[in-house]
Amino acid sequence: MGLEVLVCIKQVPHPDHFSEIRLDVGSGRIIREGIPAIINPLDRNALEEGLRVKERFSGRVTVISMGPPQAQKALEEALAMGADRGILLCDMAFAGADTLATANTLFYAIRKLGKFDLIYCGNETVDSGTAQVGPQLAELLDIPQVSGVREGTFADEKILEVKRALEHGYMKVRLKLPALLCVTRDINRPRLPTVRNIMEVAQKELIIWKAKDIGAPPESIGLKGSPTCAAGVYEHKTGRRREIMQGSTKEKVQRTMARLKELGAI
Amino acid sequence: MSNSGEIWVIGEQRRGRLEEVSLELLSKGTALSQKMGVTLSAVLLGDEVEEVAREFVFHGAEKIYLLEDVRFRYYQSEAYTRLLAGVIKEHGPQIILIGATEIGKELAPKVAAKLGTGLTAHCIDLYVGEVDAVTHLIHVVPGWGGNLVMHIICPQRRPQVVTVKPGVLPKPVRDENKKGKIIRVKSDVRDQDFSRIETVEEVEEPPKGKALESADVVVCGGWGMNALGDFSKVQELADILGGAVAGTRPAMDKGWVDEARMVGQSGKTVSPGLFVSLGASGAMHYTTGFMGSKVVLAVDENPQAPIFQMADIGVVGDLCEVLPCLIEELKKDRGG
Repeated sequence: MGLEVLVCIKQVPHPDHFSEIRLDVGSGRIIREGIPAIINPLDRNALEEGLRVKERFSGRVTVISMGPPQAQKALEEALAMGADRGILLCDMAFAGADTLATANTLFYAIRKLGKFDLIYCGNETVDSGTAQVGPQLAELLDIPQVSGVREGTFADEKILEVKRALEHGYMKVRLKLPALLCVTRDINRPRLPTVRNIMEVAQKELIIWKAKDIGAPPESIGLKGSPTCAAGVYEHKTGRRREIMQGSTKEKVQRTMARLKELGAI
Repeated sequence: MSNSGEIWVIGEQRRGRLEEVSLELLSKGTALSQKMGVTLSAVLLGDEVEEVAREFVFHGAEKIYLLEDVRFRYYQSEAYTRLLAGVIKEHGPQIILIGATEIGKELAPKVAAKLGTGLTAHCIDLYVGEVDAVTHLIHVVPGWGGNLVMHIICPQRRPQVVTVKPGVLPKPVRDENKKGKIIRVKSDVRDQDFSRIETVEEVEEPPKGKALESADVVVCGGWGMNALGDFSKVQELADILGGAVAGTRPAMDKGWVDEARMVGQSGKTVSPGLFVSLGASGAMHYTTGFMGSKVVLAVDENPQAPIFQMADIGVVGDLCEVLPCLIEELKKDRGG
């Protein structure tokens, strides 16, 4: 028996390199060649939580990701952290998806995989940071969901009590499994891959599915299945003064202070 | 775009206290509704919250759909989602604005998914404009690199739903002479709405140190603070200026600041009188967090850093020299 756990992960550009990412003004395409990719940081917390559930109740942890072929790396890393099997949803038909089309894609894959007791997501990604896919997916699956989960305690194998973060405080929420939880960095400290787990990665199942494999209708996925779309990239007019102070360090600082006073800022 | 279908603001209150972002949305909603010639309404769920509804009227809502129930002392995810989707289907608004609070960020995608419609997160502006000679509501969201923004549209499905973070839009004007109609919607709350999920308690935890959102001065350190080894000089500068300390994402990853003090797209948005950015290069994900500040001072060693495009006053230099010097000069200034 035990619990069937699913963890949704996304490969994202490394945040330390965000200022190197460019948008092509003409096409609106994101140019990120040569930028290192990582598992979205909060998705590691999601995986850690899933692995802990398995350690406590036994069962199986599946990781799933939608992305380009290189996202397989992220899944392999998740397997090295201890996940049992990985699913990569990889097809040009998935490209250009907004959050609803992404949630739809995950929904059809999950329908094919079968029932899960718990689904974990990182609360948001560092790249687009919408925090939308988790709640949208839960709605499509018609299961209860909580965002901002910073602590989760099992009352028993079917009832979870979580603390969900608010701006200044938290709410205590009780929910029945099956459920979907979007977790924050406070929930745990993700483990590192162990040598033994790394050795086992090659023996673990890593499945790649295309749109036809999961039976997703073309009008519900990718660009076609996205109610929202990009309509261009523009320079943001900030209206800032852009004055650069000149001179020695001391002169720069003194000129800064003089300007701040003139502007009424200090 | 059409001139039928209202614009709705999903109002938010917690234990009878309204969330400021609801009022910010009403001011944007007022501008949009006047431009489009449609009605601006608000929806409010809660337990005995008519007073909050009246505040919404004073801030521009012409109609309030009020859904009250004794079990709505706290936000209840399934009940709120089901009732909101129901009232939206019944009245058919064309645009829905939701505040991207911790609760709004969860509720908006649930409702939008239930309606099978489009949702754009964290807009920094909204306006009626043309794309390929067709009028749309333009959702302006942060882009990548330097100061680029992306325009998003939702061409077909209605209602289109957008979220805006607290502190991004200007503060609205209150006018007690404004008139509006409060419409009580029969809420038909059922026991099943709470059987799978229920909020049982809400606990407040006041922030440690000076609150970020209300501070007149915010001093924010980035990855470049690595050169000084820690964040003590950021704190010292903030103390002298009577301001609050904040950090970029890399600073949070380093453990220098709590997540509650992270400025940027997935963190806080602040608009103080003075924002000081120390050792941050200026990725759009960060700069959208302080765009509304009155004056921005940036210090960074890289003269090409995009941060200087977003600043009023820029100091190019080594933080190890500039920061102690700035602290010393300010101390002298304050002392004399």
